[in-house]
Amino acid sequence: MDTQVLSVSVDSIYVHKMWNDHELSKMVEGGVPFPMLSDAGGGVGSLYGVYDAASGVELRGRFIIDPDGIIQACEVLTPPVGRNVGETIRQIQAFQLVREAGGMAATPSGWLPGKTVLKPHPDLVGNVWQAWSVAED
Amino acid sequence: MPTDFKPGCVRPKSTLAAAAAPADTAVAVVKEEIHVAKVGGLAPDFELAGYQQGGFKNFRLSEYRGKWVVLCFYPGDFTFV
Repeated sequence: MDTQVLSVSVDSIYVHKMWNDHELSKMVEGGVPFPMLSDAGGGVGSLYGVYDAASGVELRGRFIIDPDGIIQACEVLTPPVGRNVGETIRQIQAFQLVREAGGMAATPSGWLPGKTVLKPHPDLVGNVWQAWSVAED
Repeated sequence: MPTDFKPGCVRPKSTLAAAAAPADTAVAVVKEEIHVAKVGGLAPDFELAGYQQGGFKNFRLSEYRGKWVVLCFYPGDFTFV
């Protein structure tokens, strides 16, 4: 996968350290491995459309950015519901596969590594039902 | 590479890519520089102070060009999920 995670909230870097030291390091051995960034004031969150000025905090926004700096996917949740890390990993694997294929591949709904990959081609038009089954979803 | 950050009492300022635009740039051009995130578009660049594995550093998104990046925003430290 070789993917860099960056987390961002409006908290100060000192609070990030305290959260890591006092709670997260008890959940993850060795503590949080990736940079925990401080976006005091929500300037960056505003650029990404996830800063809520009324509450002064950022929503659970997740952006997958490719090696060219292009945003390939995003998901935004309100605070009470946590993310599904497995789905994020699945999407990264799918985007990496498509990129390595130079755009000559497409992953159907529910795709997982090892499952059918479609190759867009004039002959595939109207014939997806032969190449892929709904049962795979 | 992330640069060292010297912790102090003053809150670190974040740097948005647009802030690097020359002061005499026409307003229209500046508006174009400040682009918001859009799926399929270039991720807006920024530099923020951060904590990682015992140290404070400044991190710039564009330093990770050539790698896949997952950028995760969340409401706050010590929130529950």
